[in-house]
Amino acid sequence: MKRLLAGLALAVGLVVYLAPAVAVQPDEVLKDPVLEARARALSAELRCLVCQNQSIDDSDAPLARDLRLLLRDRLTKGDSDRQVMDFIVARYGEFVLLRPRFAPHTFILWLSAPVILLFASIGIFVAGRRRWRNPDTTPPLSAAEKRKLKMLLD
Amino acid sequence: MIAEFGHYALLLALAFALYQMIAPLVGAARYDAALMRSGIGAAHAQFIFVLIAFMALTAAYVGSDFSVRNVYENSHTLKPLIYKITGVWGNHEGSMLLWILILAAFGAAVATFGRSLRPEFQARVLAVQASVGVAFLLFIIITSNPFLRLDPAPFEGRGLNPILQDPGLAIHPPLLYLGYVGLSMAFSFAIAALMEGRVDAAWARWVRPWTLAAWMFLTLGIAMGSWWAYYELGWGGWWFWDPVENASLMPWLAATALLHSAIVVEKRDALKVWTILLAILAFSLSLMGTFLVRSGVLTSVHAFAVDPARGVFILGILAVFVGGSLTLFAWRASALKPGGIFAPISREGGLVVNNLLLVTACASVFVGTLYPLALEAVTGDKISVGAPFFNVTFVPLILPLLVLVPFGPFLSWKRGDILAAGQRLMVAAILALGAGAVGTAIIDGGPVLAPFGIGLGIWLIAGAVSEIAYRIKLFRNPLAKSLNRAWHLPRSVYGSAVAHAGLGVVVIGIVAISSWREERITVLKAGEQFSIAGFEVTFTGTRPVRGPNYSDTQGTFRVARDNETLMTLTAGKRKYAGAATMTTSEAAIHGFWTGDLYIVLGDKNGEDGYTVRAYFNPLARLIWIGSVIMFLGGGISLFDRRYRVGAPRRAAAVRGAAA
Repeated sequence: MKRLLAGLALAVGLVVYLAPAVAVQPDEVLKDPVLEARARALSAELRCLVCQNQSIDDSDAPLARDLRLLLRDRLTKGDSDRQVMDFIVARYGEFVLLRPRFAPHTFILWLSAPVILLFASIGIFVAGRRRWRNPDTTPPLSAAEKRKLKMLLD
Repeated sequence: MIAEFGHYALLLALAFALYQMIAPLVGAARYDAALMRSGIGAAHAQFIFVLIAFMALTAAYVGSDFSVRNVYENSHTLKPLIYKITGVWGNHEGSMLLWILILAAFGAAVATFGRSLRPEFQARVLAVQASVGVAFLLFIIITSNPFLRLDPAPFEGRGLNPILQDPGLAIHPPLLYLGYVGLSMAFSFAIAALMEGRVDAAWARWVRPWTLAAWMFLTLGIAMGSWWAYYELGWGGWWFWDPVENASLMPWLAATALLHSAIVVEKRDALKVWTILLAILAFSLSLMGTFLVRSGVLTSVHAFAVDPARGVFILGILAVFVGGSLTLFAWRASALKPGGIFAPISREGGLVVNNLLLVTACASVFVGTLYPLALEAVTGDKISVGAPFFNVTFVPLILPLLVLVPFGPFLSWKRGDILAAGQRLMVAAILALGAGAVGTAIIDGGPVLAPFGIGLGIWLIAGAVSEIAYRIKLFRNPLAKSLNRAWHLPRSVYGSAVAHAGLGVVVIGIVAISSWREERITVLKAGEQFSIAGFEVTFTGTRPVRGPNYSDTQGTFRVARDNETLMTLTAGKRKYAGAATMTTSEAAIHGFWTGDLYIVLGDKNGEDGYTVRAYFNPLARLIWIGSVIMFLGGGISLFDRRYRVGAPRRAAAVRGAAA
């Protein structure tokens, strides 16, 4: 919860729990810096399940600590990043991923922006080309304008 | 008594808003000048009565009148006076009252300064503005009345929420609301234009300054929130892609797009339909942000379902305004005649690309924020969409936009020359690529492309400088002549250059903190030390400190470099009186030219050790300095001669006289 941008959070009327961030504890840090770096990168992708929109890397909740330890345990046992993530998702469900996997139920999520960009680009291109090709043609008179013109001429 | 007074004032404000919503419209339809003019008085009256209501609530807070439920729940006699006042908007009811107050103030501003508008147009704008006021006044009075009484009155209030007792947070909501609600002006002008089927340069000249002002406050409000998160949350994060943040980012992106497309309407009479749509979308996103944070839907879909009164009401408001305005748009947009024609490579074309990328980026934030809610509501599946998602969707859309920004001002209207623009940007490009190359050579660690991120920031800054230099013909003319040109350059040119340069400064800050931040997590006993970013930091112990309504555990740290003591920093853990489990971190932050040294005192660890977290956040401050520069750029533009109040009318009159 504490990661809510507070001005709005207080406006929401949510009770914001705000403790000093004490995420990764000194005793958790792995000796091997390469492994630890991998662990940190993976923890940024995992959600603290009892928090609101907070990764386990940032959260001080006990559950987040458990997950961090689990993650490091798997890494030291020689799992690949992919294996660790699969293991954790199998245990905690997809909700734990802060970046949902690309699957039928997330097609809309992943594809909206690219599709909007594509169609908008095509739309702009087509509309622009049509007008740019004949820059000097004024739009034809509307029915009302024709009537008015006729009235004036008659 | 004063609470009843405030309540009554709210009802009167509603009555005036209702009148203002209907009478000027009828007047405009019948060309009844008196009826149209009456809207002006109604707008002033509505503002005055909302102001009275707001002051009544403020008085109840200042006097700690706990017979008012809202005060009892959100205030406390021990609070310093300033936080009693800011506590007025530190809760749902009070913040909605502030929302209405700002809305009514904008309405009154149109009434006061809009004399040079065509009377029918002003009448319609006032009516649309009032319709928003009616909706939200009803919302307050029916579901969120801040003036309800308690009997018997308690002796002491409950609210002493420590996070509200912070200067950054105290002014963050009003700034953000000025931005959110400021976009209602663009909306009202757009709807009034649709009603009339007429959009012209004068329309854009009226809309732009209001949108610009709203954008400035949104920029500052978002930056303020981010700065607060940075110094208060205790690890130096500055943006979390939280739905609540996204709720303010989306209107900002839309407002940025609107600012740029309105230029095309003003200068070239093109993109009118699109600009109207954008004005509607920008305010709709503001309303949606209000819905997201007010309804509780973010906490969980279930919380929303359990106590839906407020959420459903705002959802209704959202449906009516968004649905209504889009229907009106679909019906009337064809009445707007297409205007100037332009080549793909032209200033207009550049601004179209700007809009395309900004709106798509906004859409990606929109989908990322709402999709999990929608999915859960429809299928019950729960997924999380967090920072890693936005980093791979939003960032790729914004990066090309940043690369293209400096080209825009160098393209001429109608038909531009991209090669010539490139030539004029040669110096900027050399500087940027040079910075990237040098960075790659001398910096080790961090992502490979990060130095080129810094180069991108420099590209933006140097591009902005190049534009000014080009326009004043620096080095191609005698200096005196250049200075003379500089003096006569329109302020809006300076404004946009400053804002674009500010953007570059923000980019540098973001790239630096994201790529090269250093972190140390250790357990320290008094006298022990660690090193970070070339500093040796010695923990010299803790001491208790008592404040007016809190107690601090303060750890002191001696910071040295090359065996020379530079300073002593104090990092505290603060416990507030009355709030049992509430502690906040008071991180020690010292800004060097190269970045911030950021030390957080954690929990006790073992006998006499403390967990200590230290960060070095390189160039972090540039994020907020750059935001303020962007704000100032907006301000410079706002004072351009073209946008002075009444300018459109006078300019038209002069042209008329000349002809």
